[in-house]
Amino acid sequence: MGAELKNYLHEQHYFRFRLGVAALVVFCLFALLAFRFSYLQIKQYNHYQTLAENNRISLVPIIPNRGLILDKNGVILAHNFFAYTLEITPAKVKNLEETIAEISSLVEVSSLDRKRFKKFREQSHNFESIPIRTHLNEIEAAKFAVNHYRFPGVEIKSRLFRHYPLGKLGSHMIGYIGRINDRDLKNLEESGDLSNYKGSDHIGKSGLEQYYEKQLHGTTGFQQVEIDADGHAVRVLSSTPPIPGDNIILAADSKLQEIAETAFGNHRGALVAINPKTGEVLSYVSQPTFDPNLFVDGIDSESWKALNESLDKPLINRPLRGVYPPGSTFKPFVALAGLEAGKRAPPYSIHDPGFFTLPGKSHRYRDWKPSGHGTVDIQKAITISCDTFFYGLAMEMGIESLTSFVRHFGFGRKSGIDIDNVSGKSENGGLLPTPEWKQRRFKQPWFPGETVIVGIGQGYTLVTPLQLAQATAILANNGVAMKPRMVSQIESAQSGKKQMTPPVVQDRVVLHPDNVEIVKRGMIDVTLPGGTAASVGANAGYSIAAKTGTAQVIGIKQNEKYNESGMNERHLDHALFIAYAPAEDPTIALAVIVENGRHGGSTAGPIARKVMDYYLLGKVPAIEAAKDNKQLTGNTAATTAPPEEELHD
Amino acid sequence: MISKLFQHLFKHIDAFLMTCLFFALLTSLFVLYSASGQSLDRIYAQAVNMGVALSVLWVVANISPQKLERVALILYVLGVLLLIAVALFGSISHGARRWLNIGFTQIQPSELMRIAMPMMLAWFFASREGKPSATNFIVAGLLLAIPVALIMKQPDLGTSLLIASSGFYVLFLAGLSWKFLAGAMVSLLGFMPIFWSMLHDYQRKRIEILFDPTQDPLGAGYHTIQAIIAIGSGGATGKGWLNGTQTQLDFLPERTTDFIFAVFSEEFGFLGNMLLLTLFSIIIMRGLMIASQAQSTFSRLLAGSITLNFFSYAFVNMGMVSGILPVVGVPLPLISYGGTSLVTLCLGFGILMSIHTHKNLVAN
Repeated sequence: MGAELKNYLHEQHYFRFRLGVAALVVFCLFALLAFRFSYLQIKQYNHYQTLAENNRISLVPIIPNRGLILDKNGVILAHNFFAYTLEITPAKVKNLEETIAEISSLVEVSSLDRKRFKKFREQSHNFESIPIRTHLNEIEAAKFAVNHYRFPGVEIKSRLFRHYPLGKLGSHMIGYIGRINDRDLKNLEESGDLSNYKGSDHIGKSGLEQYYEKQLHGTTGFQQVEIDADGHAVRVLSSTPPIPGDNIILAADSKLQEIAETAFGNHRGALVAINPKTGEVLSYVSQPTFDPNLFVDGIDSESWKALNESLDKPLINRPLRGVYPPGSTFKPFVALAGLEAGKRAPPYSIHDPGFFTLPGKSHRYRDWKPSGHGTVDIQKAITISCDTFFYGLAMEMGIESLTSFVRHFGFGRKSGIDIDNVSGKSENGGLLPTPEWKQRRFKQPWFPGETVIVGIGQGYTLVTPLQLAQATAILANNGVAMKPRMVSQIESAQSGKKQMTPPVVQDRVVLHPDNVEIVKRGMIDVTLPGGTAASVGANAGYSIAAKTGTAQVIGIKQNEKYNESGMNERHLDHALFIAYAPAEDPTIALAVIVENGRHGGSTAGPIARKVMDYYLLGKVPAIEAAKDNKQLTGNTAATTAPPEEELHD
Repeated sequence: MISKLFQHLFKHIDAFLMTCLFFALLTSLFVLYSASGQSLDRIYAQAVNMGVALSVLWVVANISPQKLERVALILYVLGVLLLIAVALFGSISHGARRWLNIGFTQIQPSELMRIAMPMMLAWFFASREGKPSATNFIVAGLLLAIPVALIMKQPDLGTSLLIASSGFYVLFLAGLSWKFLAGAMVSLLGFMPIFWSMLHDYQRKRIEILFDPTQDPLGAGYHTIQAIIAIGSGGATGKGWLNGTQTQLDFLPERTTDFIFAVFSEEFGFLGNMLLLTLFSIIIMRGLMIASQAQSTFSRLLAGSITLNFFSYAFVNMGMVSGILPVVGVPLPLISYGGTSLVTLCLGFGILMSIHTHKNLVAN
């Protein structure tokens, strides 16, 4: 008992010692605060008194110039120009409502302008100047300038605006900027970039403008301005200049882009051309397209309605988000799968009666040629696009080993390309069906017949034009997958130094050279007399490896005939075409999809040919040449144009 | 008769401490009126908060420390479970997952932890009879680390550090060895450069801005720059109530909450600051006195920790507003607008009063 009491007393004594130490620490730290207060409030009082009362310091952000977007030859795709804006600094204005009313008697101020002003005012400090009207013309600017003395706190400023000089050309690739909205603000706050956007009111919304936002925007500068009691700026105390955004330089060529887009005529569709060795995107077409300039300062509701409700869906970024059945363009990859699995090593051949049946079933899987192709080996099967051959091959391989092989060519997964596709959010990954997928999606087992039609790129299989081009590039590059990318160089606007963005190897499929050779030979034969795209290869001056394809838009019942003439144009088959060239040492690989274009060889193929001709030979298609000629001579008579280059066989 | 009833009702209220709190809360209402731009609605709302908080104080003061000791473990476990629930199902606001939606309202479990953490550790050392063995400190350290890590993950660095310090105070008062403290300090300093080198550039930048607000005058640094101008321009005696130009001209952000001290400082000057520091010091000294007179291990560790924790809040807030500490979201205790923190504070003061007024009963 005695010892315990002693212990207790000892413990209490020790505890009090510790409390004493804590009290000392409390005292010291409070003394530190007291010292700090005396420093700020007694010693530095005059300094802060000056800052706070007689003069108010205001920080004026200086917006950096947004970086340019250029094509590979330096042609400007996106730049900035100055325009007058009328801006109000609320802190300097006595009665805002009255001031705005008086302004609107001089220059037009729409209800949209008022709404925008109100929104900005809620988001900014009182001493920041906020635009009430943008894009004043010379007359309006002069009118206001004369009356400026009546409006203290209102100023005419010249601000930078974004412009896309090529208009509709390549707009799905370039994208556009738009006004910063609440969601952008939230994202900026979360990424910690909000303060860098003080004073800025635009941000990249789609395409390259969005993906490269960080590089293009630059760093906001600011001026510390001393303002007297009446709100007039007295002098600039310090100034930190803004750092302009970097310029981004594409691998694409605007002339090639123009040729590709013109080649589509009135057709809807998509084209992606890639350099298989580097992954650089040479051309990126989504037809129809739209004018990104409409979006820069807020699109008006009429134009928006027209774009958004159009049946042609011009706002859809087809290469990235459009999904289509690959049709016969899938066959070279199926063939390679069969060869690599050792299922169809030459001289294996079949006799094609014009249809395929599953053992013990009567259902006929028809070949596109009802009479059959006779004796067909694997190379010929590609060349003439023999359905029967691939029905049997797919069946024998089985759905799982087939899909797991072709997945290496980028099917069924996102490529991660560098346009509005931050963390793969915009890109459609397409679909490579598997029994598990079907069970999950439809709660149904997989049927053998579904494997059969996967062999010819039908059924559930879906690809994006970008995936198809990428797969073609991987094949052309003998199995080495380069990550596709739009931008080849980034140029520092400050130092002028250009930095190449390095090619990235995304995947590497180990393929036997003999097998690749067989598939490639088959694809070269496609463009030679007797192949399905002989007309495309005619008189090319370089060798082309290609594959045509047709994808059904609506199902055709057994024993029913496909009747083109009696159909709605939007129900016609999609035309597909993949190719790379020169076949021996490919520098371009592409995929073309023409919606409702019926036959790959006749509608999609010629588009591809024009693109390859220009890319490899610098040859401008006849109709283009005619247009240039017209511009040169000033001759407006369309009849002087030579006929379009003959491409039929 | 009435005076007897009064005596009975307030027999567990410590008159001295209560008077101090009363002065602080009165000050709060005056400063809030100015900071909110003379908004009576704000004053009314805060008065309601004070009513709730003082009721909680009264109820807790009437609960004996023995009973508190019995619920310490339960409160701690409940708190940790709620923090885990927040991590799993919490709602996100301003990029952090801190709140738990329980249908009619949202709760922030880290607030509960402010009281549960020192209670748990005080209980732990009391149940080990206060023996400062190494094993006990390791176990206590783990008990402390779990909720701190969970709150840090939310992320709420400020609160997690303050809860860590409330637990640390218990360890310190329970007799954590000086050698260990010195060792921890040295290794912490030693690890700094390694930790720094592991950070990404943008993370480093953020920390640099935390310590040097002039690097980001338009963003995070804006608060501090404006607050320092407000404090400095207050001078020796201040600009007078309702006359702070920084305050009244909208230059100061978050005037009624985290940055209310700048308002006070601008309008009441150095003199006002000294009075406020004195008031806080008196409250802290009273708390430490209660701790030193407490009669059980649990009571004194808890009383000591609650008091020192009150100090931490006051010091961190005034330090950040006056620019000697990085800006973390901590309100000025008893003065800032807001119900939750006031209730938590008064809960702590209720415990202090309970410890003080129940000790004679035990002695008898």
